[in-house]
Amino acid sequence: MAAVTASQLADNERALAADERRESRQLFQLAIPALVIVTILMVAPIGWLFSLSFVGEDGGLSVENFTRIVTDGAYVSIFANTFQVALLVTLVCVLLGYPVAYVLTILPDRWSRLVMLAVLVPFWTSLLVRTYAWLVLLQRRGIVNTGLDALGLIDRPLPLVHNMTGVVIGMVHIMLPFLIMPLFSSMKAIDGNLMRAAANLGSSPSHAFFRVFLPLSVPRLIAGTMMVFVMCLGFYITPALLGGGKVQMIAQRIEASLSLYPTWGPASALAVVLLALTGGFLLLSFAIVRRLTAGR
Amino acid sequence: MTLGAMTALPVSISSLNKYYGSFRATDNVSLEIAAGEFLTLLGPSGSGKTTLLMMMAGFARPSGGSIRFGGREVVHLPPHRRDIGMVFQNYALFPHMSVGENIAYPLRVRGTGKAECGERVLKALDMVQLSGYQDRRITQLSGGQRQRIALARAIVFEPRILLMDEPLSALDKQLHETMQIEIRRLHDRLGMTTVSVTHDQRKALTMSDRIAVFSRGKLAQVAGPSDLYEKPASRFVAEFIGESSFLPLTKTAGGLAYGGRPLMLAEAGDAGIADPLLMLRPERLQLARPGETAGEANIFHGTARHIVFQGDSLLIEVRLEGGDTVQMRLPNGSRQKDAIPAAGEAVALMLDRRDTHVVRGEA
Amino acid sequence: MEPHVSHKNRLWLYTLTGLVLVFLVLPTLIVLPMSFSSANSLAFPPPGWSLRWYENFFGQAKWLEAAWVSLRVAFGTTILATVAGTAAAYGLHVGTFSLRGTIYSVLVAPLAIPAILLAIGMFFVYASAGLLNTLTGLVIAHTLVAIPFVIITMTAGFKTYDLSQEMVARSLGANRLYAFFTVTLPQVKFPVISSALLAFIVSFDEVVISVFISSGQQSTLTKVMFQTLRDDVDPTIAAVSALMLVLATVPPLALQLLTGSGEKS
Repeated sequence: MAAVTASQLADNERALAADERRESRQLFQLAIPALVIVTILMVAPIGWLFSLSFVGEDGGLSVENFTRIVTDGAYVSIFANTFQVALLVTLVCVLLGYPVAYVLTILPDRWSRLVMLAVLVPFWTSLLVRTYAWLVLLQRRGIVNTGLDALGLIDRPLPLVHNMTGVVIGMVHIMLPFLIMPLFSSMKAIDGNLMRAAANLGSSPSHAFFRVFLPLSVPRLIAGTMMVFVMCLGFYITPALLGGGKVQMIAQRIEASLSLYPTWGPASALAVVLLALTGGFLLLSFAIVRRLTAGR
Repeated sequence: MTLGAMTALPVSISSLNKYYGSFRATDNVSLEIAAGEFLTLLGPSGSGKTTLLMMMAGFARPSGGSIRFGGREVVHLPPHRRDIGMVFQNYALFPHMSVGENIAYPLRVRGTGKAECGERVLKALDMVQLSGYQDRRITQLSGGQRQRIALARAIVFEPRILLMDEPLSALDKQLHETMQIEIRRLHDRLGMTTVSVTHDQRKALTMSDRIAVFSRGKLAQVAGPSDLYEKPASRFVAEFIGESSFLPLTKTAGGLAYGGRPLMLAEAGDAGIADPLLMLRPERLQLARPGETAGEANIFHGTARHIVFQGDSLLIEVRLEGGDTVQMRLPNGSRQKDAIPAAGEAVALMLDRRDTHVVRGEA
Repeated sequence: MEPHVSHKNRLWLYTLTGLVLVFLVLPTLIVLPMSFSSANSLAFPPPGWSLRWYENFFGQAKWLEAAWVSLRVAFGTTILATVAGTAAAYGLHVGTFSLRGTIYSVLVAPLAIPAILLAIGMFFVYASAGLLNTLTGLVIAHTLVAIPFVIITMTAGFKTYDLSQEMVARSLGANRLYAFFTVTLPQVKFPVISSALLAFIVSFDEVVISVFISSGQQSTLTKVMFQTLRDDVDPTIAAVSALMLVLATVPPLALQLLTGSGEKS
């Protein structure tokens, strides 16, 4: 066989490099259909919202939409309302969800699987179906009220729906699995030996819990809490259906703005603000969690 | 199904390089593999032997160089156009297909008709001594059987080159010997060029026509098993193949010396080696009986330190006068019983001039 | 995890958990019985049993048309999202180009963006593009929401799959495409089916975006339900809810029984 010449080697190098580029390109192209869809329907609309928000009533460039949000009192109350609801829902979720996640970690396998199934049941039930079910359960003569009455806890039926209470109950029902699942998986990762070691060293169960387990579960708890809070900010369906018109959150105001104003500017500006709030809180959550886990 | 030696292809590797940034996985490797040869790529992990195999198969892309099969440049060809057979370390049999469908796969890809497929699958199963297995599921097979099915699948389309990646590492130890013989037998019968990768020098010595030893991306030496064992080119190769002790030598006017005493060497040219070391294979050293004259043998004096019983032989550690420690191996027979030294006893070791070999120091 | 603490001391913890679980599960449980209620109100437990709400559902054009729209859109979304998502997940898994992480984040991002924003944005874009109230518009919009689920499921599915099988197939003479269809795809069957099922359910259940971009005869079932719940709670909703529940739970359950493993996303 003839020896390989230097020019043949050079040709080879070029062909190899070209081949590598081609293969990379082809694999990248597989992702293009999905990317196209996501880009066109997510990036473009968001971009459009941004641009529309800077268009004033007269059609020219202006920031009046944003200034209106800051100055108009109606908006202030809506933001306050939204934050109130979100905070309340998040708090209730933490108070109810943390214990359940903890129980999931200490239960034997068969039981914990059953509990997990129960946690996932609402997850798999359509939003509208759940909302309808709450309307039935929380009404004046719904079983919640009749049950409380039978237990002797109340004399008159409580107004549980078509108000803030109904909205909070509905939203907690939706957000609870979102908190329990990640919390559970991170709790599972906490080494059981740490608690046993604490007991060995003389610590009572509750002492060990507060000094060892709880601090270790905090980063994921914070991440989960922030995520729930952020998701609550953008809720539309639940407050619209369970609020009886008395609960106005940002999303509903965005929808209302479409018919209240002749242009799409106001609705867009509000949407942009919601997006900024969402993004901002998410970034904050990442930063906090990173800070907390940095010391490990 | 037999391939004449004429249809097997030679492989020519020239100046092959693979860089990851500044790290050279393969460093300017050139190697000629004869048609029909059984060549083993041998070396420790990270030496670049598997990288080379993958580049031959087309699964790793070299940074530069040439790979030719029978004169045809293949370095830029994708794996499916290289027409080689390959057996992977974990066999990678398709679990969703039966044994027969697995073996038939390369034939179906090439558009072979159903009837001919069936025939050739049966022939391939016969070759690996698993006739009648075509309808079994992969999960029903033992490790050794999977190995053979993987082989059958790789040869059924009569490739002229066969590549194997650590073919025995996934098997139980008991099966190794049988499989070594089987693989070699298959190779002899079919005649294709076979390149196999292993880190186990014993397997390499048993199965190969030639062995290419790799170290840190470079080709250290390529030779037949006995040449590699008797005349390794460097300390690295000597240490990798078989066991050995080394004695540092000094250059004198007449040649090479140890501890001031000149040595009788098999090769006069050995004196020219830089940083020379005398290679001592344990089984080539003998105990000199008191009063025995040297003749054509080199004598080393020292003290026996440890004697280890190893079943078929005794391993004796001797500390020489020069301070170096060497191991020698004494066969365990009744005749040698009297000669066994006690720990602490002075001994004289003999190395026949014909058994001397000098290697260079750096790996 | 802590055998040294008795279960008895934890009674309060278990009680609380039990109550929370009842809270979580109760709404779903009452849907089916409610759909058979004979009462013309939201009374629960139902005073009597009847099929009238189902008759209503199957008898009224607005419900049937909406259900038909939702079904067609869901099928379209399933195909589009599963194919595009699987291709993307495969390309990202096997490829080595540097933008992989970014592309993955972009494709999964729709999960993090509040649905109202996507809905409003799409409303504006569709209004200008003439895609409002069209099935095509709905399919594309639902695909956007479904793709992250497909990507996540398929990425996990590819991770547990032994890529050396494809390598072997290619060494035996198959090019990448042939190897993918004959060797890889049959072995990631279950993740693909799970993804398709997820995409279907996500599309069928999608509310917010559908409310904004569909109306009139192209309204989805969810839009009609939403309007009914907001305006005049017609008990036919009960039957619709029950049907939606069955549609969303039976296929995944069947899949789980068939595979016998815990394939949950």
